[in-house]
Amino acid sequence: MNGAAAGAPAVRRFLHNLRDLPHQLMASVVRSGAPTTDRSRSSFVFGNLFLHLHAVRVHRWTLRWVTTWGLGIMSVSAFLLTLATGILLMFYYKPYPTAAYDSIKDIHFVVPTGLFIRNIHRWAAQLMVVVVLLHMTRVFYTAAYRSPREYNWVIGMSLLVVTLGLSFTGYLLPWDQLAYWAINIGANIAQSPREVTDALGVTAYFDPGGLQKFILLGSEDVGEEALIRFYLLHVMILPLALAVLMGVHFWRIRKDGGMAKPTDADARVGALGPETYPVFTEAPKKTYHLAAIVRGRTPAVGRGPEKTLPTMPHLFYAELAVLMLTVLICVALSLLSNAPLKELANPAVPENPAKAPWYFLGLQELVSYSAFMGGIGIPTVVIVGLLLIPYLDREVDGTGNWFGGTGGLPLVLRSTAFGLLAVLAVEVFAIRFGWIREWFPAVPQLLITFVNPGTVLTAVYAAYSLWCVRRYDSTRAGALALFTCFLCGFAVLTIVGTHFRGPNWEFYWSPSQWPAH
Amino acid sequence: MTTHPVAASGPSRLDPEPLPRRDFLGLAALWSAAVALLFGLFGALRLPRAAVVPMASRKFRVTVSDTLAPGEALVPAGRSVAVFRDADGAVYAISRVCTHLGCLVKSEADGFHCPCHGSRFAPDGSVIKGPAPKALAWLAVSKAGAGTIVVDESKSVQAGTKVTV
Repeated sequence: MNGAAAGAPAVRRFLHNLRDLPHQLMASVVRSGAPTTDRSRSSFVFGNLFLHLHAVRVHRWTLRWVTTWGLGIMSVSAFLLTLATGILLMFYYKPYPTAAYDSIKDIHFVVPTGLFIRNIHRWAAQLMVVVVLLHMTRVFYTAAYRSPREYNWVIGMSLLVVTLGLSFTGYLLPWDQLAYWAINIGANIAQSPREVTDALGVTAYFDPGGLQKFILLGSEDVGEEALIRFYLLHVMILPLALAVLMGVHFWRIRKDGGMAKPTDADARVGALGPETYPVFTEAPKKTYHLAAIVRGRTPAVGRGPEKTLPTMPHLFYAELAVLMLTVLICVALSLLSNAPLKELANPAVPENPAKAPWYFLGLQELVSYSAFMGGIGIPTVVIVGLLLIPYLDREVDGTGNWFGGTGGLPLVLRSTAFGLLAVLAVEVFAIRFGWIREWFPAVPQLLITFVNPGTVLTAVYAAYSLWCVRRYDSTRAGALALFTCFLCGFAVLTIVGTHFRGPNWEFYWSPSQWPAH
Repeated sequence: MTTHPVAASGPSRLDPEPLPRRDFLGLAALWSAAVALLFGLFGALRLPRAAVVPMASRKFRVTVSDTLAPGEALVPAGRSVAVFRDADGAVYAISRVCTHLGCLVKSEADGFHCPCHGSRFAPDGSVIKGPAPKALAWLAVSKAGAGTIVVDESKSVQAGTKVTV
């Protein structure tokens, strides 16, 4: 290139360089050139800070849609959407009571594209909660949490908790009636260990509930201090925690050997199609010999790269497709439905019914039986139970297969039936006949705290799961039963809380029957 | 074939090292760093726990009219309190903050109804239905001139505490 201009007058060289600028600029950014060969495709991936989180080659099992349904990438995409729109909303949002409400109103009615951006923020956040739950469900049913991926399952659970925390803290920020009363209830759930300490008469000396609420609100009640704290959590602390945990999560995917694959994955993906590119046939024909000295499992050792394809373009294009699908879903929903904004928060008049975001309404249903058990006790048991699954199920049969392991799909279907029946029976009984307090008003509170519809349901599910462990002589069968029951309980309680509860948390068949007030 | 003298006599770099005496110092340094950082973390966590809480006064004055019927609630504007006058003219105040999750209960003819999770309370504040773990609090009341009382929302008292005005 330079040869032609060499020796020419400096002005001509200058003009030549100027003409050559776009090419040189591109070459300085992407050193390996266009990703057209095995080598340049590989260095395109590992030569890029952001892309090198991926391996340079990806197994064809991973690229099948049914392996993951793209749910992990969709969670990240939804997060990136909330991040971008959230930063935009911060241009106008003011975290101070009344001013907060006015600024959201401005965003709604005055700021160009403000309503649209807020809609995308809300829909992406809701989508993220749904997709993270579906992603967890996928990982569970394909038994992908098993060794060596136990720790990444734990990280994933932390990501779920932080995701829910982000949604919850965002709920207060508009400072409308919905926000104020939902957070009031949430903060009092944080205080609910008092239900136990009061019953034991030790609150004066030992009051973790009161401390939790006080730290969360920065005051005795929901006010300016609470708003700034929730804002700080929402825009700084939780997103940072999420970003760090996501980094660990992705890194571990690679370190743990990529997606979980069944042992016969190579055979099942079949021969390479005629359109695919042969592997390492070009000079210098290097393979992963370096990987052979690494201890433990690595993806390529002993198997060779024959069933793999270059990450660029195969995986990246699939990921891009998922990102664009996520954008499409959020934009479409934002055009169809606007984010709500109720009247200004009024501490003197509770919203009736005061409902949390929909994904917390299952918890709110449990909370309507016991604040401590529904809001803290049972969620803790569920989260700890989910965390322990990979350490308690150490079987290997069925890893990487949908509904793999002992019991399989028939057990999942049976557990679905059992889980639905149990939760419906408990709900119908409690709605129809009430609970202990109505029959014996003088009964001690501790009895209700430990024996209420929520704890009964949890105990029934745990007992059924233990029975499955014995019946099938398999820990995986117990896990399948418990997880399926958990999903059924979550779904039914959420639907009851969302659709069938009206003013005073009474049961109504339809919101159209709610009394006017 | 000659064996390498170093490989034969000395340990390999790849073998685990024997425990050196300096480990004690290393461990001590590690633990003191951990303890110092933990201590610092607890110190940092002290900051969000406010010493002074920005809150309006919880004591307020209210005039109770002679015409207030027994069982009828007087709810002072902006206060989460219901003031009552019994048949003998004694006045008492019951907190309207639900003991379940802090919603404001509504005074009805048969007692109090909570809008959030359906707790019901008798006219004296005791729980008759729903998830509330304990009775509504009775609040400290004191006389402040003819027909006027002072209610202290931050001070709960024994149920049945009344003041004659």
